[in-house]
Amino acid sequence: MIHTFVGNLGHFLVITAFVSVLISAFSYWKAQRSDEIAKPSWLSYARIAFYIHGASVFGIVASLFYIINSHYFEYHYAWSHSSAELPVYYQIATFWNGQEGSFLLWAFWHVILGAILINTNKFWEAPIMAVFAAVQAFLLSMILGVVIFNVKFGSSPFILLREAMNAPIFQLNPDFVPKDGSGLNPLLQNYWMVIHPPTLFLGFATTIIPFVYCMAGLWIGKYKEWVRPALPWALFSAVTLGIGILMGAYWAYETLNFGGYWNWDPVENAIYVPWLVLVAAIHTMITFKKSNNALKASMVLSIATFILVLYATFLTRSGILGDSSVHSFTDLGLSGQLLVYLLTFTVLSVWLLAKTWSKIPTSEEEVSTYSREFWIFMGAATLCVMAFQVIIPTSIPVWNAIVELFGGISNVAPPADQVAFYSKWQIWLAVILALLSGTGQFFWWKKVDKQKLKESLFYPAVISLLASGIIIVVAKVTEPAYILLLTAGIYSIVANGKILFSLLKTSPKLAGGAVAHIGIAMMLVGVLFSSGYSRIISLNNTGMIWNKDFPEEMNTKNLLLFQHETVQMGDYSLNYKGLRKEIDGFPGYVSTSAIEAFGDAYRVVARKDIEWKGKKYFSEGDTLVLDNPENSFFEIEYSKSDGKKFTLYPRFQINESMGMQVYSPDIKRTLTSDLYTHVRTFPDPESETEWGEMEEVTVKVGETFFVNDFVARVQGIERITEIPQVTLGLEDVAIKARIVISGADEDYIVEPIYLIKDRMIGLIPEEVKDVASKITFLNVHPESNSFTFGINTTQKEWVILEAVVKPYINVLWTGTLIMVLGFAMAIRRRYVEFIKMRDKGQEE
Amino acid sequence: MKKSHIFGIIIIAVAVMVIVSTAGDASTYVSFGEAQELAEKGNANMIHVVGALKKDEQGQPVGIQTSPDMLSFSFIMVDQNNLEQEVIYNQPMPMDFLRSEQVVVVGSYKKNKFIADKILMKCPSKYQENEIKVGEVR
Repeated sequence: MIHTFVGNLGHFLVITAFVSVLISAFSYWKAQRSDEIAKPSWLSYARIAFYIHGASVFGIVASLFYIINSHYFEYHYAWSHSSAELPVYYQIATFWNGQEGSFLLWAFWHVILGAILINTNKFWEAPIMAVFAAVQAFLLSMILGVVIFNVKFGSSPFILLREAMNAPIFQLNPDFVPKDGSGLNPLLQNYWMVIHPPTLFLGFATTIIPFVYCMAGLWIGKYKEWVRPALPWALFSAVTLGIGILMGAYWAYETLNFGGYWNWDPVENAIYVPWLVLVAAIHTMITFKKSNNALKASMVLSIATFILVLYATFLTRSGILGDSSVHSFTDLGLSGQLLVYLLTFTVLSVWLLAKTWSKIPTSEEEVSTYSREFWIFMGAATLCVMAFQVIIPTSIPVWNAIVELFGGISNVAPPADQVAFYSKWQIWLAVILALLSGTGQFFWWKKVDKQKLKESLFYPAVISLLASGIIIVVAKVTEPAYILLLTAGIYSIVANGKILFSLLKTSPKLAGGAVAHIGIAMMLVGVLFSSGYSRIISLNNTGMIWNKDFPEEMNTKNLLLFQHETVQMGDYSLNYKGLRKEIDGFPGYVSTSAIEAFGDAYRVVARKDIEWKGKKYFSEGDTLVLDNPENSFFEIEYSKSDGKKFTLYPRFQINESMGMQVYSPDIKRTLTSDLYTHVRTFPDPESETEWGEMEEVTVKVGETFFVNDFVARVQGIERITEIPQVTLGLEDVAIKARIVISGADEDYIVEPIYLIKDRMIGLIPEEVKDVASKITFLNVHPESNSFTFGINTTQKEWVILEAVVKPYINVLWTGTLIMVLGFAMAIRRRYVEFIKMRDKGQEE
Repeated sequence: MKKSHIFGIIIIAVAVMVIVSTAGDASTYVSFGEAQELAEKGNANMIHVVGALKKDEQGQPVGIQTSPDMLSFSFIMVDQNNLEQEVIYNQPMPMDFLRSEQVVVVGSYKKNKFIADKILMKCPSKYQENEIKVGEVR
């Protein structure tokens, strides 16, 4: 049965939300332009419209989640992103997996932020909310899903499968409902995908607030006053966006297999750039608050941040990046609409800025080299250069599209080695940034002249030179750029540390800036070591090169491990123990040889008792439930020469309906470094096994024999009455041998079957992958009470893996947390300031 | 000259350097023929070539050679001008490789062999939802 009600309700709410937000935008606009008598009624009208809009958006969210949660696969969204077995927390991830859902998440945050703005700032309400609601209307139009004059506006998340696809089944049966959906992309089945997108979209959504304050300021002629209320929001936005980006980086580190946390992928760049510009905007805004300088710069940067967020949205969702990015969304045909969205607000803001440019007050005073304004302005400029350097190459596909639009041919491709390309610029700019952030802080707190500056910089400089000198020698840092970055980073930590120390005694509430700068500097040092000195240890030391055409410098960076064969890798010896599964209610991993498929994807039968640390969890014959049938784990044991051992479980995920195969790493974390291991490839489970010639053995029960060099023993023979997929008649006989093969760590059970059915002999062999063998029950000799088995062997199971050491990566993560703390302190300070001024009645 | 002017000039200079560096380091999409010409002229820059695996009449890929230790492999790629070229890749073969519909290799010619540094693949079923399974799934 097709549940049309919830979809129709959802679509109706989308239209209601769109119309009501348009009404709200118009009424706020009228409210701003009308006199004191008409204003209150327009305002209340606008507010009601916005709340109706908010309620509708909540309703849309609820409807879409209801569809996903109830597994209504007649809906395209549920069918293409979810599946019946998906647990609730991944259903949440499913919600924003598609473009429509992520637009909805963004609109949802806008509703909450809009409500907060309405209720906190009465003076600015009308002008800011007019712009705000107009932006929201554009956002809502992306999920509108209506056709006007043959032009499609938006892509509705509530379309039915039969409307979305022209499959032949719908001609036969229009009410056909698929039994299951395609499921969630295995890469996204990760807890980070539950929290990373909402955080990132909250960051996106908050960039609108400094923008609307700036636009409102320009509009109503309050050129200076907009900065005060915009600043705390800019800080909040920067920290949220920063956390969102780093969560994504951490997810990539844990889940993807490119071997790091940052890959300079266009999607990453597209959001890194607005973040840099936003941080620059914060610095110019703070400068302005202190000294009346940098007002124009604050306006340009606040506007640029928001426009760059729209540009990022256009890049990632229009399909223009095509093959150049791993995780851009599929193209929904919204590119035109996205472009209009981007251009509307670009043109509007540039026009407003140009119109009022001459009226914006500027300070004519020449800035002194010994003033804080000078240093902060340099820092902001450096941030902008960093952003510019990243956005230009990222826009190459856009450049190609523009050239082709005018009939030209452009075949420019992004830089072949993007990591090296971006790093070589960003590292030098980061050096400048670290030096500025260390020095600028001294100017921040007091007026200094040349002499004073020398005095206050003397000790930090000496301490940081000494400290970096020691680290350079101990950690063997030899690259000039790295030496500089390390020294600059340490200098920033020491200098800001000194400021922090003196502030803690006098006014700890103001220390946010110093703390945030220490965090950033630590992040730079952490990135330097974990990326710059990331070391592949799975090198092929055999010196054998199979193809003489390979250039000399090509070293093989991966290692081939055959199952149960020890291979030396640096200080470790590695052993691939076999494929493992996760079982519901079991703390460890279970060998695939210990369980047997049961005809359904989730349930398996234990072939022997399953224990963990001496405690028995399951008995032979128990039915077990797999945590996720898509996941398999490779057990890799690492031993050191001193006898210390640990085991890593890199993962393999397969989604058959999507045809996706995904490898994820497993990481051994220590205080000083991470050991990152991921499997590159292993034998295709679908490929046919090539068996060697059969070898026959005749044994009695209890006797031992060899199977592929392993000791095997016939434990018993029993008559069985049931065989899967075979119907046994009364006359038929089936016997099963239970053979136990002793492995190094565990026993493997093999149960070949000998069958007489309709007077014909049938042999059902059984494979045991862990010993690369197949055993066939060939014959029964009642006269000597013995049995003949045939043994075929094949190539052992293998994996190819890569292992990388990431030194001092924890410095990066610790730095991140410290940066967040610093931002939190700064937001608190600005918020308290706002409350005080508002209560005194000084706040407009 | 005011300090802010010097500052502005420096910023503009850096911006120009950024653009020049981008133009210099940007790669290009070319065919094997053009790539070979570039290599003969001594241009060792990495380039992008778009093409597909060479396949026989049954649609099976041909000319794939894997090293004995499985850590590297070579294959025959046909570019968009139908030119065939052996490509050598110093990494284990990705599992979906044989199923790929389109491949983009990033690399350069060295002694008449194309050495790929990176392979991007487009697989037919990935991210495409154009087929509905009618049968019982579960």
